Amino acid sequence: MEYVGWDKVTTGTIIESFTEPVDNVAHIRPEERPYSPMNSHEASVASWRFIKPVYNRDICIDCQFCWVYCPDTSIISRDKKMIGVDYEHCKGCGICVEVCPTNPKSLLMFDENKPNEEALSEWPEKKKKSKDK
Amino acid sequence: MAEKYELQEVEVWDGNMAAAHAFRQAQIDVVAAYPITPSTPIVQNYSKFLADGYVDGEFVMVESEHSAMSACLAAGAAGGRVATATSSQGFALMVEVLYQASGMRVPVVLHVVNRALASPLNVNGDHSDMYLGRDAGWINLCSFNPQEAYDLTLMAFKIGEDLNVRLPVMVHQDGFISSHTAQNVRPLQDEDAYKFIGDYKEVDPMLDFSRPVTYGAQTEEDWHFEHKAKQHKALMESVSVIDDVFKEFEKLTGRKYNRVEKYMMDDAEVAIVALGTTVESAEVAAKELREKEGIKAGVVAPRVLRPFPLEELKDALKNVKAISCLDRSAPGGTLGMLFNEVSAAMYHNENRPVINNYIYGLGGRDMTIENLKEIFKEAKANADAGKLTTPLQQFSGLRGPKLAFF
Repeated sequence: MEYVGWDKVTTGTIIESFTEPVDNVAHIRPEERPYSPMNSHEASVASWRFIKPVYNRDICIDCQFCWVYCPDTSIISRDKKMIGVDYEHCKGCGICVEVCPTNPKSLLMFDENKPNEEALSEWPEKKKKSKDK
Repeated sequence: MAEKYELQEVEVWDGNMAAAHAFRQAQIDVVAAYPITPSTPIVQNYSKFLADGYVDGEFVMVESEHSAMSACLAAGAAGGRVATATSSQGFALMVEVLYQASGMRVPVVLHVVNRALASPLNVNGDHSDMYLGRDAGWINLCSFNPQEAYDLTLMAFKIGEDLNVRLPVMVHQDGFISSHTAQNVRPLQDEDAYKFIGDYKEVDPMLDFSRPVTYGAQTEEDWHFEHKAKQHKALMESVSVIDDVFKEFEKLTGRKYNRVEKYMMDDAEVAIVALGTTVESAEVAAKELREKEGIKAGVVAPRVLRPFPLEELKDALKNVKAISCLDRSAPGGTLGMLFNEVSAAMYHNENRPVINNYIYGLGGRDMTIENLKEIFKEAKANADAGKLTTPLQQFSGLRGPKLAFF
C-alpha cells in the first residue's frame, strides 16, 4: 500500500468493499467477487491465532453447523459440502468445534504449529455411550 | 406524504418549539433521542408532529444519549437525514460519538440547549456543554434567541449536508433563557423551508448494496494524521458554504447572519465579546452607556464558534482599546476559552488592545445589565490607562470575597 498524503485519502475514512459495483453479491462466490485491496478478505487477519481448528473429512456429516456459527465466515463450504477452514481469516475461537455434533467431533483444536497431518493421526476414537457397556 | 402545518406569519414560540418546527420542516429521516432538561421539548414536540402525520420519518426512543447519537450516526451513514437534541449530562454522554460522527463525515444536526454540567447538579443554562464539545470537529452555530434558534437549525441542515462540507453541525441556544422564553418568531412556510434546505444528498450510503462501504475503519500512526488533516481542512473550508447559506437565507427572509456579529462597533472604544443570550443583554448595556455616560461601547459575538472566525474577529475588534471576554463556563484551571482565542486573534493585530476575562453566569446565575455595565466601565478604565487596571480574570456576579488568580 502506497503511503499517500492527506489529499488522497478517502472522505470519512470509508473503505470500499469492491473495486466496482456488484449486484446480487450473495449469489457470487467469494473467489469471483472483485474485492478491493483494502477489503480484509484480501489480507491475512489471523496472526494472533495460537490454536487452530483442524477438520476431519472422514467423520464430517456436512450438517453445516460450523458454517452457520463461524463468526468470521472462515468455514469453506460448497453446495452444502464442507471443504475446510480458511486459515487466513480464522481467529481460533473454537466455536466450530463447540457446535460440531459428530462423535468424535469432525473439528478439533490443535496447537497452531502442529502440522494438520499429525493432528489427524492423533484423532480420538468414538466415545462409547453408557448403554453400550 | 407529510401533512402541511398551518403557520401564522408570526408565531409565539419558545426556543425549543422553534427548533422542533425547524426539525419538522426539514423532514428528517431518523431522529433518535433521549430526553433531558432543558432540551426535552424539542424532541417531545417533534415526536408529536410525527405521530400526528406532519413528518414522514422514524423516531427512535433509545436508552441513553450515547445511543441517541450512535443511532443518528448509523442512520446517517446508511443514507438518511438525521438530527437530535440534548443538553448538559446528555451531551457529555454523547461526546465519544461526536468525534465518530465528524471523523466519518456524517452530517448529523445536533441542537444543544446549553446547560451547566454537574457536579453540583444543575438544570440551568451555562456554556459548559458547548465548551466540552468545541474540539469535536463539528461546525458550531450559536443562537441568541428563539428566532435565531429556528433560523440556524434550518441552515444547519443545508450547511452540514452540502457536498463540499459533509460535517455534523451543532446549533446552540441558552437553556431556559432562550429555550423556555416565548417570543415572536417568524417561521417560513413548510414548502419554503424545505425548498431552502433541499432534498438530502446521499454520499457513500451503507444501504447501497451494489457498492458496500465500511464506516468506522481503524487507522494507526501510519494513516490517522492524514485522515484527521483532511477532516480539519473540510471544517476550515466550510466557511465559504456557511457564508453562502447565510446570504441565501437573507435573500429569503431578510434576516442577515454573519460569522461574527457586531453591534455598535463602528466607533467603539471598548467591546464585550460574549456568546448566547448575554449578547443581547450586552447590547442593551452598551446602548445605555453610550446614551447616559458617553462610553463608546460595542458588542462582538462569534455566531460561528467553529470553524473559529479568527480573521473576522480581529477585523471587528481592530480599532478598540480594550476588550472584555465573557466566558459562561467554569474555566477548569485556566483562562476562559473566549479570552484565549480572542487574545490569539488580537496578538498579531497592529493595535494591541488591553484584554481581560470574566467568568460569569454559571449554573444559570443571572447576568444583569448592571453587571455588564460594570464590565464595560472596567474596560473603559483599561482603555484610558492603556493597561490592565483589573486582574486579568475576574468572576462577575459571584458572592463572597473577590476571586482572582491571574
